[in-house]
Amino acid sequence: MKLSYYPGCTLKSHARNFDESTVASMARLGVEVKELDRWNCCGTVHGLASDDLMHRMAPITNLIRVKEESANAFMTSCAMCYNTLKRANQAVRADADALSTINDFLSLENTKYTGDVEVLHLLEILRDQVGFEKITSLVKRPLKGLRVACYYGCLLVRPESVAIDDVENPTVMEKLVTALGATPVRFPLKTECCGAYHTVGQPELIADRTNRILGNAYDGAADVVVVSCPLCAYNLDHRQQEARRIYSDFHPLPVLYFTQLMSIALGCDNAVLCFDLHHVDPQPALAGLGLV
Amino acid sequence: MMTPLRITPARLGDSFVAQVEQISSQRILACYQCGNCSAGCPMSDHMDVLPNQIIRMVQLGMREQLLASKAIWACVSCMTCNSRCPKNVRIAEVIEAVREIVLRTNERRDCLPIAELSPETLAALPPIALISSMRKLTS
Repeated sequence: MKLSYYPGCTLKSHARNFDESTVASMARLGVEVKELDRWNCCGTVHGLASDDLMHRMAPITNLIRVKEESANAFMTSCAMCYNTLKRANQAVRADADALSTINDFLSLENTKYTGDVEVLHLLEILRDQVGFEKITSLVKRPLKGLRVACYYGCLLVRPESVAIDDVENPTVMEKLVTALGATPVRFPLKTECCGAYHTVGQPELIADRTNRILGNAYDGAADVVVVSCPLCAYNLDHRQQEARRIYSDFHPLPVLYFTQLMSIALGCDNAVLCFDLHHVDPQPALAGLGLV
Repeated sequence: MMTPLRITPARLGDSFVAQVEQISSQRILACYQCGNCSAGCPMSDHMDVLPNQIIRMVQLGMREQLLASKAIWACVSCMTCNSRCPKNVRIAEVIEAVREIVLRTNERRDCLPIAELSPETLAALPPIALISSMRKLTS
């Protein structure tokens, strides 16, 4: 199987661990991931104002790039890119006038966008096209004994029109980590917002969110938390520094991308894990179970 | 401190309501104030007025008070309110419309102290955080 792949900006800088583990683990599953040529930033957030066509341009330009490579679907592993690209796609599919205005604005493009590209998240590919049974059959190093809190945050499940799973109680990541041999834990705050971009101006607000969310994962006796969003990852991992300073009963927890757990279980080279990018080192928790 | 709030129907149908409805594509008067949005809001601890109160203030045409509130900037569009509203009002869209009304004036009332951050802090922040904050909080 071959897949067009949109990495997004943060996966090429602060979240190289997400990019490299995505490509490496998919190769182990027999999926050739082809990064799009000339992709651009998606804009990171979907403009919610009904007249905000300007911020649909960046995502739609990416959909044109997919068409130019003769593909009718593509995949991203970043939850924020997924949400922004998919919502822009839905918005122009539902509004012919808006699509026409956008195509007019992008008149220097050789290809017109007609709403004919599908935006998919990697977790959908794993569930619907690869299949969890096949993933289990390819596991070389089962994550036996590893207790995992699966964190979805907002953008994989809200709004409902782009949700990859149940809005209030998604379980696709739990099924994935189970397929890898790990044990998912009870985690009621798995779709609770991490505070997102307030990390720029109000790190102490994020520390509060991180304290609550990771405290909930700790109560479920999780060894690690897995995520699918580089902004959630930054907030839940790097803002533990502030959380530790403010909350005396805070317990640090390693935060990993689900693709990193896949890479470990599928026997990829450890270099793709890029643990140097983490604030809380996941290695002690993994080494205790003989996984790294 | 409690602020006395005088409610008058005189402002119903006010142009502010129409402007918010136009930008948000939401029917503001559909809200019957159940409070479910505020109950589930992860940012409510950091808000001076709660999401259901924001809707009520729009209904009542309380433009200046709402535009000056901190709460409209605290909302990060996590969409929890939208997914739980029994009247299908997309509250996040309404709050975005109110932010847009502030940002679309020529006063440039941006809500992000980006110029005060050190080069080290900016370098440590991932692009996804910088781009999304500037998209949401600056004109």
